[in-house]
Amino acid sequence: MDIIKQPWPWYVAGPLIGLIVPALLILGNKTFGISSTLRQICAACIPANISFFKYDWKKDTWNLFFIAGIVIGGFIAAHLLSDPGPVGINPKTIVALQQQGIKDFSGLLPQDIFSFKGLTTLKGFVFMVIGGFLVGFGTRYAGGCTSGHAIMGISSLQWPSLVATCCFMIGGFVMTWLILPYLLQL
Amino acid sequence: MKNLKFLLVGICFGIILIKSEVISWFRIQEMFRLQSFHMYGIIGSAIVVAMISILLIKRFNIKTIHQKPIVIPDKKFNWGYVYGGLIFGLGWALTGACPGPLFAQIGSGILVTTVTLLSAIAGTWVYGLLREKLPH
Repeated sequence: MDIIKQPWPWYVAGPLIGLIVPALLILGNKTFGISSTLRQICAACIPANISFFKYDWKKDTWNLFFIAGIVIGGFIAAHLLSDPGPVGINPKTIVALQQQGIKDFSGLLPQDIFSFKGLTTLKGFVFMVIGGFLVGFGTRYAGGCTSGHAIMGISSLQWPSLVATCCFMIGGFVMTWLILPYLLQL
Repeated sequence: MKNLKFLLVGICFGIILIKSEVISWFRIQEMFRLQSFHMYGIIGSAIVVAMISILLIKRFNIKTIHQKPIVIPDKKFNWGYVYGGLIFGLGWALTGACPGPLFAQIGSGILVTTVTLLSAIAGTWVYGLLREKLPH
């Protein structure tokens, strides 16, 4: 039990995530991908006569169950299987982030930015609201996210997914190295 | 209730995301600052295991549990993969989360992430609205 309660190393977690792909294929010929669920939520709740949301979303209700499972899994892991403590990141990352203004390293996210109180600040708005918008807009524009392109797409040898994944990384590097230092000063 | 099995797979995925700390903003920062192998190891080994699984499924012509053929649709390239990919990358480094981890964070009790998720849904909706006018 102690082993389960500790953070899992990459060579345990990575292969387990990889097995989700054949599990979904064998259980019902479903391809792994999360961001399409966001489109489905739009189609179900706010289609607004937009052609992109006029499709038979009810045929794909499986992935609504899948994301509901992720929420439940998150609850189980955090409440029953976890050993709370700060994330054991590289001390160099901590120093660099401290220099750029992050103070709270106690949780999974820096609570000086990501909190309901933070929402009323410009910084919190940029990181949560603008950031979330870019994630939703970008993944749909790109036709997938880390699960659909990086894992499902590359593992099924689809070169467009490799292109998309490289662009994810470039976008992330540009934000982290060139833009984030300024945004953390807000 | 045929969808219940996908709920169970989702639960497993959610637990893995939390236990491997993939959902941590700090882990994503470490990745983009090239200061840890953790995230690269996870994504890389997940790709390798998934790739071997798919090769085995094709090689042995494995069918679904309902005896239906397994077909993986081809992705057709368009420039949206590049533009959208770059935009998502910017957002990924800001929020420290891609769509899967957003759901896992909410489940783990980080309720403020519902704001990020709602904003992501809004982003998807605006993409749908502007799709015809965007270069692809």
